[in-house]
Amino acid sequence: MTDSKYFTTTKKGEIFELKAELNSDKKEKKKEAVKKVIASMTVGKDVSALFPDVVNCMQTDNLELKKLVYLYLMNYAKSQPDMAIMAVNTFVKDCEDSNPLIRALAVRTMGCIRVDKITEYLCEPLRKCLKDEDPYVRKTAAVCVAKLHDINAQLVEDQGFLDLLKDLLSDSNPMVVANAVAAISEIMDASPNAAQVLEMNSGTINKLLTALNECTEWGQVFILDSISNYTPKDEREAQSICERVTPRLAHANAAVVLSAVKVVMKLMEMLDTSGDYVSSLVKKLAPPLVTLLSAEPEIQYVALRNINLIVQKRSDILKNEMKVFFVKYNDPIYVKLEKLDIMIRLTSQSNIAQVLAELKEYATEVDVDFVRKSVRAIGRCAIKVEPAAERCVSTLLDLIQTKVNYVVQEAIVVIKDIFRKYPNKYESIIATLCENLDTLDEPEARASMIWIIGEYAERIDNADELLESFLEGFQDENTQVQLQLLTAIVKLFLKRPTDTQELVQQVLSLSTQDSDNPDLRDRGYIYWRLLSTDPAAAKEVVLAEKPLISEETDLIEPTLLDELICHISSLASVYHKPPNAFVEGRGGQRRVLPAKSQQEGTVEEMSAPTETTQQPPQPTTVIPGADSLIGDLLDIDLGPGPSMMQQQMYPQQPPVQTQASGGGGGMDIFGEGLDNLLGGGPSGGDMLGGLGDIFGMPQSQSYIPPQEVWLPAPKGKGMEITGTFARKNNQINMELTFTNKAMQPMTGFAIQFNKNSFGLMPAQVLNIRSPLPPNQSASTSLPLNTTGPIQKMEPLTLLQVAIKNNIDVFYLSTQVPLHVLFAEDGEMEKKIFLATWKDIPASNEVQYTINNDQHSADTVSQKLRNNNVFTIAKRNVEGQDMLYQSLKLTNGIWVLAELKIQPSNPTFVLSLKSRAVDVYEAVRQVYVNILHN
Amino acid sequence: MIGGLFIYNHKGEVLISRVYRDDIGRNAVDAFRVNVIHARQQVRSPVTNIARTSFFHIKRSNIWLAAVTKQNVNAAMVFEFLHKMTDVMAAYFGKVTEENIKNNFVLIYEILDEILDFGYPQNTDTGILKTFITQQGVKTQSKEETSQITSQVTGQIGWRREGIKYRRNELFLDVLESVNLLMSPQGQVLSAHVAGRIIMKSYLSGMPECKFGINDKVLMESKGGKSGQDDGRGTSSSGKTSIAIDDCQFHQCVKLSKFETEHSISFIPPDGEFELMRYRTTKDISLPFRIIPLVREVGRQKMEVKVVVKSNFKPSLLAQKVEVRIPTPLNTSGVQVICMKGKAKYKASENAIVWKIKRMGGMKECQLSAEIELLNTNDKRKWTRPPISMNFEVPFAPSGFKVRYLKVFEPKLNYSDHDVIKWVRYIGRSGLYETRC
Repeated sequence: MTDSKYFTTTKKGEIFELKAELNSDKKEKKKEAVKKVIASMTVGKDVSALFPDVVNCMQTDNLELKKLVYLYLMNYAKSQPDMAIMAVNTFVKDCEDSNPLIRALAVRTMGCIRVDKITEYLCEPLRKCLKDEDPYVRKTAAVCVAKLHDINAQLVEDQGFLDLLKDLLSDSNPMVVANAVAAISEIMDASPNAAQVLEMNSGTINKLLTALNECTEWGQVFILDSISNYTPKDEREAQSICERVTPRLAHANAAVVLSAVKVVMKLMEMLDTSGDYVSSLVKKLAPPLVTLLSAEPEIQYVALRNINLIVQKRSDILKNEMKVFFVKYNDPIYVKLEKLDIMIRLTSQSNIAQVLAELKEYATEVDVDFVRKSVRAIGRCAIKVEPAAERCVSTLLDLIQTKVNYVVQEAIVVIKDIFRKYPNKYESIIATLCENLDTLDEPEARASMIWIIGEYAERIDNADELLESFLEGFQDENTQVQLQLLTAIVKLFLKRPTDTQELVQQVLSLSTQDSDNPDLRDRGYIYWRLLSTDPAAAKEVVLAEKPLISEETDLIEPTLLDELICHISSLASVYHKPPNAFVEGRGGQRRVLPAKSQQEGTVEEMSAPTETTQQPPQPTTVIPGADSLIGDLLDIDLGPGPSMMQQQMYPQQPPVQTQASGGGGGMDIFGEGLDNLLGGGPSGGDMLGGLGDIFGMPQSQSYIPPQEVWLPAPKGKGMEITGTFARKNNQINMELTFTNKAMQPMTGFAIQFNKNSFGLMPAQVLNIRSPLPPNQSASTSLPLNTTGPIQKMEPLTLLQVAIKNNIDVFYLSTQVPLHVLFAEDGEMEKKIFLATWKDIPASNEVQYTINNDQHSADTVSQKLRNNNVFTIAKRNVEGQDMLYQSLKLTNGIWVLAELKIQPSNPTFVLSLKSRAVDVYEAVRQVYVNILHN
Repeated sequence: MIGGLFIYNHKGEVLISRVYRDDIGRNAVDAFRVNVIHARQQVRSPVTNIARTSFFHIKRSNIWLAAVTKQNVNAAMVFEFLHKMTDVMAAYFGKVTEENIKNNFVLIYEILDEILDFGYPQNTDTGILKTFITQQGVKTQSKEETSQITSQVTGQIGWRREGIKYRRNELFLDVLESVNLLMSPQGQVLSAHVAGRIIMKSYLSGMPECKFGINDKVLMESKGGKSGQDDGRGTSSSGKTSIAIDDCQFHQCVKLSKFETEHSISFIPPDGEFELMRYRTTKDISLPFRIIPLVREVGRQKMEVKVVVKSNFKPSLLAQKVEVRIPTPLNTSGVQVICMKGKAKYKASENAIVWKIKRMGGMKECQLSAEIELLNTNDKRKWTRPPISMNFEVPFAPSGFKVRYLKVFEPKLNYSDHDVIKWVRYIGRSGLYETRC
C-alpha cells in the first residue's frame, strides 16, 4: 500500500465524502481520510471547511494520526480562530501526558498556532515544560519561548519567560543549552528590551563553550553564532575563546566550520597582530577553508562567497592556495564565477604565469558569462601585476584574433583600462583594435573603442573617418556611447583643429539641439562654450592628464567589509549586503568588529617611536608634478565597468592648476580659481585669534633642527636648497640656504606656499643674493606669519613649497617642526589646567614612551620651557617625577601633557590630552627632538 | 531561521510543503516555481532572492528541495541541512524520487516536524530518528523505552544507544581515497589532491572507547617528541614514512578538543556503518596513471587523436575498472579507433570515445589511436576541447595513508582489544582525474 494515491483524488464532492470518512467509527478509515486531507492541503487545495471534523480526530492514542491532525491545525488555526479553541483542552491535557514525546509534541505544536486566545492558555503548560524532568521536553519548550515571543513579545517579557530561558543556559543537557541559545539570539535580535535581560557575559560564554564540545552539529552552529555576537572584555579573554573554538575547524559540517571561522576572524581583531598566536591562527584557518571546496557545490558557493570576504580582510590567509581555486570543467557556473573572482584577488607576481595560463584556457569555454569574466580577469591581472602587463596584453590580442564576437568586445573594454593604467606604452596595438570596429555592438565596447580613438587621435591617421562613421547613427546610440563620442571628437578637434571643424560642429549641434538627454546637452554646451571662449583653456580641461587607475577593483568598502565579516556564513555574506538590505522590519543593530583594547594601542605605539627617534626627521619628498593631479572630471564615464569603480575610489583630489601663461612676477602657482570646486572653501579663519606676538619674550635657546636638504641639486636643475625652521623672538623663520651647482648664474628667486594646516605664509618677499653665481651659496632667513589660507594636510605638519628661479619652478614639501608654532602665551593657570584636563574625555588621552637621555626633571622642564612648553606643576609620587605641562599652538589649540620621569627607568611616559587629537603625533615628535637635543 | 521547506517535482508541482514561520505565505511556493523552476534562463545561483524572500535550493535528480526564509540565516547551515534531509529520506525509503516522496509523504511530514523546530535544525541522526519515527504509529512504547529515546535524541552521545550486544566483536575500516588531478597537455601537474574518507563498520558491544592511530606527520611527531626515544618517522613498523595531511574532519563522535590538545583521535563509535574521518592531502601523491594526449586537427574535416596511458605503481598490483573518456567534437560524423588493450567505442550520445580496460598491472603502457571525421558546419565557434578524463580503482592509498592501529577499550564488558577482529582495506579511486588536450 502506498500513500501516493492520496494525491490523485480530484473528484467533485470530495469534501463531502471526506467529511463522512472523518466521522467514521473505524480508526483506519479515519486515518486514511486525514491523510487525504493533508495531501490536498499540500497541493494547495482549501480544505479548511473540514476543520471541526479534523479536530475531532485529535483525541487519539495513535501518535501518527495525532501528528497529522496537528499539522492540519497549524495550517488552518489562524483562519478559524474560534474553532481552534476547541483544541486547547487536548493540548493542555497532552502537556501532562506521561509520555515525554507527547508532552513535547503538544508544546511544540501549540507554539505554532498563532491565535491570541490560545497563547493565553499556553503560558502555564509552557512554564511547566521548561522545568520538565525530560530534556527532550525542555529543549522543545526552549524553542517554544521564541515562538511565543514572535506572537506576543510583551507576554513573554511580562511572564518572566526570559529568566526561565536564561536558566536553561546552565542546563546539564547540551541540546537544551543549544536550543536555549538559539531562542535567546532570536529574541535579542527582535527586541531591545529583552536584549538587556539576556545580555551575555563571560560566565555564560564559558558555559556555552563547555556545551559546545558535546552538542549536535546544529547546536554547535547556534552556539558559535551566538558567541560571535559577544565582545570579550580584553585580549586575554579573546584568545582563550579562540583556543576553545579552533578545534571546531575540523568538524565535518561546513556550517560549524564557517561559524568557527567567523568567531576567530572577529576575535583576531582584538589580538596583537604581531604576536605568534595570530600567525598560528592564520595558519589554522587556511586548511579548513580549502577543504570546504570539496563539499557539495551549493556549500562550495557559500564558502567561496565568504572566502571572497576573508581574502579582502586578510589576504595572507590564502595567499599560497591559489591552485585550489582553479576552475574545474564540471563545476557549476556559479562556482566557476566565484572562483574566478578569488583567483584575481590572490594574483601576485609569483603566481601570475599560472593564473594567466588558466585564464587563457577559460576564455575558450562555452558559457558566455564565464568567458567574459575570464577576459576581464586578464585585464585586471595586467593592471594589478605590472611586470606581467605585456604578457596579458599579448594574451588579449590572441583572443581578439579568435574573432569570437563577445570575446573581442570584452577584450576591448579591458584594453581601455590597460591604456589608462599604462599610458603611452601599448599604442602599437591600436591598429589591431581598429580592425574590429565593425563587430562591436555592445555599448560598453563601442564606448571604450571610441575613448581609445579620441585619446590617441593624433596617432591614428584616419581617426576623423572612424569617428565620423560612428556619428552617423548618433541618435540611436546608447547615452554612454554618445557622451564618449562627443568627448572623443572634441579631443580630436583640439589635437587636429584644421580638418575637423565640421565634425565637431556636427557633434555639438547633435548633442545640444537634437538630444533629450540633459547630461549630453550639458556636456555639449560646456564644450561649446569652452571652445568658443578660450580654446587654450579647453585644451587644459579636455586633454588634461588623467589620474592612473588603481590596481584593486571592486573591493568592498571597508566599513561594509567589517560588517560582513561579522556575518560570515550568513545570507548577508552570500549577498555581500548588510542584513537590513534584505531583511524586513526589525532594526537589528549593525554589527561591528571589536576594537583593539586601549591598552593594546599604546603597546603598539610604544614600540614605534623608540625606533623612529633614532632616525633623522622624515626626508622631504618632492610633490608630484601638480598637473598630474588634474582629474579629467568630464572624461571618465565608461561605467558601470571597472573604470567607474576606480573613479569612485579616487578620493576627491583637490584639482590644482598650473599657471599656463607665465606672467612675470605674479606667481599664482596654486590658482584660486578652482577653490570653489572643493566646496565651501576652508573655514576657520577665526581660529587664528591668539597670535603670540604680544609678549615679546626673548628666546635664546629654543631648539633649531639642523638644516636638511629639501631640494637636491639634480631635481632642482642645479639648485640645491637646504632649510629648517626656527622660532626667534616670537617670530617664526624659515632658514634657507641656496646653493648653485649649475654652470650659469641664477636669478629671479621667488617663493610661495601651498595652503597648509596652520596658515603659514611668507611675511615678506624672498630676500636673497641675486644673481647667485655658480658654485656659491647664499643663506637667508624668511620670516613667516600664520595668516595664510588654511587647509588640513596629511600629515598635519606638511608644508608644500614652490620655489622659482630663472630656470624653472620647483616643488618641494617638508614638515614644519611643530614647536615653532608653540605660542609664548601657552602657560595655563593651574586651576584651568585641572578643569580642562578633567573636561577632555579620557578617550582623547594618548600615551607615548620616550627614551630618556638621563635628564633630570629640572633640565627637562627648562629645555621645554625654552620652546614654549610650560611646566605648570611638578609632583613627586613614589619616587617618580610628574610634570604637568601646557602649550598652545598659534591657531589657539591647547595641548595638555603629563610627563612621568622615573629615575630608574630609561624612558619617559608622556600622556597627552587635547581636543584636537590630530596634533598628538607632531607634539610627540617635538618632545623627542627637544629632549634628545 | 528557515521559514519553510518545499519539495517540488521537475514540473514544479508541490509534493511537500511545510511552513515553520508566519512570515512565509503560501505565495512563496509559487514564487519559487515561477522564478526558479520555470525560469527561462538556467539558474545561476543556488540562492535566489525574490521580493525580499530568500530561497535556497538543491536538486536531486529531478526533485527540487527548497528552503525559504525572510531572515539573515546561516546559509551554510541551510545547505548542510538540505543535504542532511536528503540523506535522512534516503535512509528511510531509498532513492529520493517523486514516486518515493509521494508514497511516503506522511512519513516525510513526521520527519520534518521532528528535525526542524521553528526552523531550527534538531537531531538529524538517522539511527536515532529510526528509533522513534517508525511509521508504525500504533506501537506504544513503555516508559523506559520512551525515556531512553528522549535521552538519546538529546543526549551527549546522541549517536549510540546503550545495551548493544554482539557475540563476535568485529570492526571494518575502509580507507577510500579519491585522487583528483588536473594535468596540462605537456604533462605538468596543475593541481592534484587526494580526498580521503575512512568508513568504519563497527559491530562492538557496549559503549567502547576507540583510539585510532594514523601515519600523519603531525600526530606521529608529537608522539615521538613526548617519549623522546623514537625519532618519529621511518622507524615505525609499517616501514612507510609519515605523510602530511593538509586538513581533516571528523564525525561528530570524535572528541575534537582532545584531537586539538593531545593529537589523538578517540571516540565512541555509532553502531554499524559511518564515516569516521575525511582528510585531504596535496603533497607527495603517487599518481597511479598518466595520460599523454596528442590531438592533431588535419584540415577542417579530420582529426587524429593518440592517447597513451601509463600506469605508475608496483607491478604486483592490479588496477581495475580503468576507463578513459576522450571527448569528441559535436560535429563528429564517424570515428575509427584502434587500441592494443581493452575495448574502445565511440559513443555518439556522449560525444566521447570511451576506452575501457578491465585490468591493468603496474608499470604498463597502453595506447589508443583514433581518426575522427568531422562534418562541415557553419558554426563559427571553435570547439573547446574538454579535458580527457579517467576512472579507475587501485588497491592502495595514493596519498600513502596508513592505519597504524585502532584500539578498543570497553571497561564494563569482559572483552579486550585483542578479542576484537579488525579488518582494514585500502581503495584508491579516481575523483576528477583530468588531462587537458
